[in-house]
Amino acid sequence: MAAMMAADARAADWTRGRRDRRRRFALATAALGALAFLLCCAMLLMGNTLYPVGTVWNALRGVGEKGVLFAARTIRLPRMLAGLFAGFAFGMAGSVFQTLLRNPLANPNIIGITSGSSAGAVYCILTLHAGAGAAYASSIAGGMATTLAMFILSNYRKRFSASRMILVGIGIQAMCNALVSYMLIAARERDVPAATRWLSGSLNGVRLPELYPLFAASVVVIPVALLFSGQLRMLELGEDAALTLGVRAGRTRAVLMACAVVLAATATAATGPIAFVSFLSGPIAKRLAGNGNSHPLPAGLFGAALTLASDLAGQFAFEQRFPVGVVTGILGAPYLIFLLVRMSGKGEL
Amino acid sequence: MGAARVDAHDLRCERVVSGYDGKAVVREVSVSLPGHGISAIIGPNACGKSTLLKTMARLIKPMSGAVTLDGRGVGTIKPKRLARMVGLLPQSPVVPDGIAVGDLVGRGRYPRQRVFRGWTKEDEAAVAEAMGIMSVAELADRSVSGLSGGQRQRVWIAMALAQQTDILLLDEPTTFLDVAYQIEILDVLSELNRERGITLAMVLHDINLAARYADYIFAMKDGRLAAEGKPREVVTAEAIKRVFGMDCVILEDPVARSPLMIPVGRRVGRQDDSGPASIMDASRGSLSAIR
Amino acid sequence: MTGRASWRDRGLARSSLRGHGVGVAALSLALLASCAAASFALGARAITLTELADGLFRPYVNTYGANVARKRVARTMFALLCGGSLGVSGALTQSVTRNPIADPSILGVNTGAALSVVCGIAFLNITTAAQYMGMAMAGAALTAAFVYAVGSVGRDGATPIKLALAGAAVSAALSSMVSAVLLPRSYVMDQYRYWQVGSVGSGTWAETGALLPFFIVGTLTAVATAPALNALAMGDEAATGLGVRAGLVRLIASMAGVALCGAVTAMAGPIGFIGLLAPRLARMLAGADLRRSLPMSALLGAVTLTASDVIGRLLTYPGELEVGVVTAFVGAPILIYAAVRSRA
Repeated sequence: MAAMMAADARAADWTRGRRDRRRRFALATAALGALAFLLCCAMLLMGNTLYPVGTVWNALRGVGEKGVLFAARTIRLPRMLAGLFAGFAFGMAGSVFQTLLRNPLANPNIIGITSGSSAGAVYCILTLHAGAGAAYASSIAGGMATTLAMFILSNYRKRFSASRMILVGIGIQAMCNALVSYMLIAARERDVPAATRWLSGSLNGVRLPELYPLFAASVVVIPVALLFSGQLRMLELGEDAALTLGVRAGRTRAVLMACAVVLAATATAATGPIAFVSFLSGPIAKRLAGNGNSHPLPAGLFGAALTLASDLAGQFAFEQRFPVGVVTGILGAPYLIFLLVRMSGKGEL
Repeated sequence: MGAARVDAHDLRCERVVSGYDGKAVVREVSVSLPGHGISAIIGPNACGKSTLLKTMARLIKPMSGAVTLDGRGVGTIKPKRLARMVGLLPQSPVVPDGIAVGDLVGRGRYPRQRVFRGWTKEDEAAVAEAMGIMSVAELADRSVSGLSGGQRQRVWIAMALAQQTDILLLDEPTTFLDVAYQIEILDVLSELNRERGITLAMVLHDINLAARYADYIFAMKDGRLAAEGKPREVVTAEAIKRVFGMDCVILEDPVARSPLMIPVGRRVGRQDDSGPASIMDASRGSLSAIR
Repeated sequence: MTGRASWRDRGLARSSLRGHGVGVAALSLALLASCAAASFALGARAITLTELADGLFRPYVNTYGANVARKRVARTMFALLCGGSLGVSGALTQSVTRNPIADPSILGVNTGAALSVVCGIAFLNITTAAQYMGMAMAGAALTAAFVYAVGSVGRDGATPIKLALAGAAVSAALSSMVSAVLLPRSYVMDQYRYWQVGSVGSGTWAETGALLPFFIVGTLTAVATAPALNALAMGDEAATGLGVRAGLVRLIASMAGVALCGAVTAMAGPIGFIGLLAPRLARMLAGADLRRSLPMSALLGAVTLTASDVIGRLLTYPGELEVGVVTAFVGAPILIYAAVRSRA
């Protein structure tokens, strides 16, 4: 009898622990969302001139002076939306890849998806001299083609292997980079600046229509990815464990990977590859949410917050204006190194 | 601890050929797991015993032949439905970084959850019970990555129990464990089998443990079934010689009365002993020594 | 007993290719000669034998053809030397790290050298080849050491996948630092744009001369440490048991490897995958014994790089495809092939 009661007490303890962990996850997610929202507001208010909230709000509704209208609606709003959506997309895509491939270093930036996107865009601009629209299309196509190739090659003989996929990705990335380097040299001098925009991420001069593919992709893909997050959690336990728990591992992986690739490719098309956002978001969001919970939602929110904050820093923190990709790169490098050392130390790499 | 007996299911392989990368490791094996029983699969390294178990757990699609559950091909059963009937303890599962023991065990409830219905009382009870059976309830809020190998293994078994399947397949449940834990885990498993009638099938390295705990043994060699039957029928000097290529003597386990296999090897007797022990002496002597 | 005998038989059977060591060596030399000849002859302007002879042996002839021929010869020599250096460097890196994909380009060494050179141009106003070389080498050495250190922390040491990821990640970090340095300084960008694609097109006798000491010292060091490296291949403990000072050998060999790769990278820019490819082929032809496969790596590295250079000239005729691009397209598929075939 006493033993039974002790067991009951333990079970109650555990239930409380579980509830605490769930609460922490919800809190962290909400906090990240709030942070992203505040940064969005800051993006709208700050610029060459600092406008009061009311002025910006009116301008967004189409009321106000011409100068204010232009600044708020043509410059700051697209910039803010680009940062928000691209950051979210990179964060979510990165976290999904890291979880699927069970390696924190495996993210679109490092395993060659974004380099496929970049190569596609640069090819369009430098070699075909095509306009921005074609460049977007070809950037998305480049990213997809790269991933498709990686996926097919890493499913050799119908057995998927994450490490194989990573090595294949690194090989493909090397080819894409070589191609980009060559195109940069062979190009006409005056075309180069337009192309470099695709090589290091930047929110400068983003126009609203350029973001439509990213919006469309986000609206369709993000809910799907969230819907599959339960299966993703099971896949985390390893392929065998997931299969025995009744997860269709192959199908889940294909769906989630497709989601992540669409997000990464459309985001790269809109802003260029913003270094390290996809890499950092997953692990940091996981630490904030606690309990090894690698849910894609907090990761996406963190990605958005990081991108917006870095862009604000790039605009206002230094004498020279730096594009967001350079800021995230510099911010991310020390954390990357810290993470690398820690992960190798724990044998997780 | 509610001890309702579970349904018996008929999990069988019919002329199954399976393996990796187009190479057959298991060749034309037909087995049928005795319902409500404990079966052990034994055999030398690389004989295909793990592959056979994984094929039964539908982790590997057979190249030919069929794995059926109650007469239906396992491939045609919905994965979640199948996962409510057949569970598996994988050999090397991955621990997500920083996950708490209770939550990891809770993941075993996945096949019993619906998409838009949250965590229920039943889930709660099943997890608490599974942790109780494997005595990991005290660890519920600890992080899995900080546990010892033996504790981890018990957590994984608890996860498989939380799945509440009628059949449980275990791929070397006793690896990484010292001998006391091996016995403890096998004892717990055989209690589960006795009290609830869960059908167990496990790959075991140790022939003597297999003989002690299993009702039925499948011995494999080179991808084929070399012998099957009750421990007394399979653990014989002749069969061990055939399967493992090794001479041995079979005694009776003084504790469990199951067959006990003693390898002969080349080093018989010690120099400092009073005299070289003859094999026959040993086998004759042991029984009388115990009685 | 019989088991042991059959094992020995199999060993003999496997070394059958090595039995023809002389033949393989001769074949490779012939390959080298034909690559060199092709590199002399082919390009935007085809060269006749007379022009070649003029260029080589009659310094007083000053026709256009002879001048082109002189340039070609210089370029070819430079290419051969670069390839040889990269081949040896790759073989050393791979045996020191006990890792078949440890190519300098995968370890992020090139980006390290690039960052160092860019910093040199931007902050230290470096201009001469020697300064470039010093900076590149320092950057290469630091990055290699760092990536290897990061990749080898942990229980199972430096596995291929850990090294590759650590290299890629560090590369990504360094390249955003490169852009941070470059963006505000357009004059550096111009120089860097041309340096960042590996090319032997501007190779001259002077550069060949500058590279030669590195090649000689590096290769001699490599050959001298080969027996010790052979022992190291069986693991540090086994090597120590055989009386090898593992730490010292590893330090010397990796210094030689980084110096070779850094020197080439400084002068020709980053040329990837030769260091991956050449040792791989060499092992296939000459076996695992480094005393044989090291020189073979040098030879095959020279062949691969020169052949890639010629292919680059032919592919975009009458223009030129930089050799770094060609080697990436030759080498990356081989990496992919190896990855796909591995049972990992």
